[in-house]
Amino acid sequence: MTSTGVRAAARIVARGDGRGGTALPVLEGEGPLSPRRTRGSGAEARVVLVGAMSGPLGGDRFTVTADVETGARLRVGSAAATLALPGQAKGEARYDVRLRAGEEAELHWLPEQLISARGSDLSVTTRVDLAATARLLLREEQVLGRAGEEPGRLTSRLALRIAGRCVLDQELSCGPGAPGGWDGPAVLAGHRAVGQLLVARPEFAERPPPPRTLGTGAAVVPLAGPAALVTAVAPDALRLRRLLEEALALLGQD
Amino acid sequence: MHLDHTHDGPAALGADARRPDGTRRALRIGLGGPVGSGKTATVAALCRALREELSLAVVTNDIYTREDAEFLLRHAVLPPERITAVETGACPHTAIRDDISANLEAVEDLEDETGPLDLVLVESGGDNLTATFSKGLVDAQIFVIDVAGGDDIPRKGGPGVTTADLLVVNKTDLAPYVGSDLGRMAADAEAQRGGLPVVFQSLRSETGVADVAAWVRARLAAWTA
Amino acid sequence: MSRAALLVLADGRFPAGGHAHSGGAEEAVKAGRVTDAASLADFCRGRLHTTGLVSASLAAAAAAGTDPAALDAAADARTPSPALRTAARRLGRQLLRAARATWPGAELDALARRFPKGAHQPVVLGLVARAAGLGPLDAAYCAAYESVSGPATATVRLLSLDPFDATAVLARLAPELDRVADRAVEAARRVADEGVDALPAASAPLLETGAQAHAGWPVRLFAS
Repeated sequence: MTSTGVRAAARIVARGDGRGGTALPVLEGEGPLSPRRTRGSGAEARVVLVGAMSGPLGGDRFTVTADVETGARLRVGSAAATLALPGQAKGEARYDVRLRAGEEAELHWLPEQLISARGSDLSVTTRVDLAATARLLLREEQVLGRAGEEPGRLTSRLALRIAGRCVLDQELSCGPGAPGGWDGPAVLAGHRAVGQLLVARPEFAERPPPPRTLGTGAAVVPLAGPAALVTAVAPDALRLRRLLEEALALLGQD
Repeated sequence: MHLDHTHDGPAALGADARRPDGTRRALRIGLGGPVGSGKTATVAALCRALREELSLAVVTNDIYTREDAEFLLRHAVLPPERITAVETGACPHTAIRDDISANLEAVEDLEDETGPLDLVLVESGGDNLTATFSKGLVDAQIFVIDVAGGDDIPRKGGPGVTTADLLVVNKTDLAPYVGSDLGRMAADAEAQRGGLPVVFQSLRSETGVADVAAWVRARLAAWTA
Repeated sequence: MSRAALLVLADGRFPAGGHAHSGGAEEAVKAGRVTDAASLADFCRGRLHTTGLVSASLAAAAAAGTDPAALDAAADARTPSPALRTAARRLGRQLLRAARATWPGAELDALARRFPKGAHQPVVLGLVARAAGLGPLDAAYCAAYESVSGPATATVRLLSLDPFDATAVLARLAPELDRVADRAVEAARRVADEGVDALPAASAPLLETGAQAHAGWPVRLFAS
């Protein structure tokens, strides 16, 4: 147990302040993870995660939780991309994100890219639990390797529950040691950036957005519940972001 | 005969003559034959001839997914909800003979959604001379060839020409131009088919599809008797 | 039980509608990602470890007696593409029709009543395996094999690929099929304690986006 890696956690609780705004009664981080409040707009509180960029390394275990209580509005971003690097400790690094939003609450979870550097081994799990009337906009972008670099091993799972019902559960595994064919014509076909936008809006129950495609590498699809998913692959992070933004525009403003 | 066919299995499978609610299902007639022989045109003409007197619907089995269905839609021979295209993975003969599951779904969905129906026409995509319909899918089948395809087709036989309940020799108006001998075709067909009926038709003539429509009416009378 | 029933169920000629589906191969061929036996092998391998693993796990869990409605919902959550959800339900309904005639029984009748428009095909497959006297591992093998045999057969038609080459692709995947079937059974075992969240959720972005693009084509040979 000489090199077990770093444990870090950040916790955010957003709560209506009773005056139409959102307070952050809990905003804490330890180790390399540090959430900071920035200037919000209107009813929304804004938080930036600082320091996520410095890890995680092999053996590290990061956990971020955000709770948006009834009627509150929270927007979370990150100061820079997160870089997964090989560590001294053996074994994979884990990054767990747990997000909850209560009735009439709104969460925008928009971190910068996750870059899987050569030799790294990271497993990211994002679990979102929404109340029936909560709203969500979540972006996930994975970049496989820095410019011209082989990627590390990256496993990323994204699950969404709305009112207790699982609406999405997806895992993508890539890099050396991933199950065969991950870079082949059925999965990534050489694309080095892959991303998703997950959008939940109660009104999608009655009026789901129509499925759309943007070229062969991106699609907007209604899920089996009041949510929509954008899936996109691209040659690089820049073009991925452009595709996701184009797709979000198709879904209309929140 | 399969007109009275029943089996002990669960309802609404294969060629059961009754629907799950116990009512008689629609008569199903298949139309097959080589590419370009005039199957879709015959289906369109049959729809026009019969739609006032019967409640009918069409299932198409295209090679390229929806072409035939779209032809029928464009010509408005039936309301769109009465036309369904079955996708066949490039093999219409598989979808009408070896694996009829998709066609059975299509026929039953049409009956559920637009029924009750008297008649469902199941059209195969143009395929080869051996393509025939499964008895689990249709109650009777029509094989459509045309004079321009060569007047030796009846002589050559094959399952479609030999065993179809009705053989239609189409485009008789073209016979003089392509040098087809209608008399020889009739004699060969009779020899191959052992008394099963043959209709010679030109959809451009005044009688048009009348003989085939009369044959369909007779089958339907036997089915509902 | 008769292991030979597995041969009947896994036979590509089992009349359950699979012949009209390419498992994404038609789109991959048109997009130029599958051009020969080597790229077909890579396509099939990727499909096996994503869709194939998920399908095999769903089938194994259904064969082990997990509630089909819970599995069907789990299949929905693992299938973001509505085109693929529709195709899976259509194939499930067709399989159920063929199976009720082949292995009649109360459990399949109940499934047909519960899902008149079809449940996800792997869920139906698991229950059909049960009805045929087969177990979770058989069901997993069947689902995993179908996940690659469909695209291989379709590619023979789409590219006029040498059928011997396509069959060799499948044969060379055999050891990986074994591993996927084992993993699927292991996951199905965990479902008994942990619920359907224990099922794998491996996904293939290009199969998802490709299926949506394919569904919009005006002219195509395969239904999916």
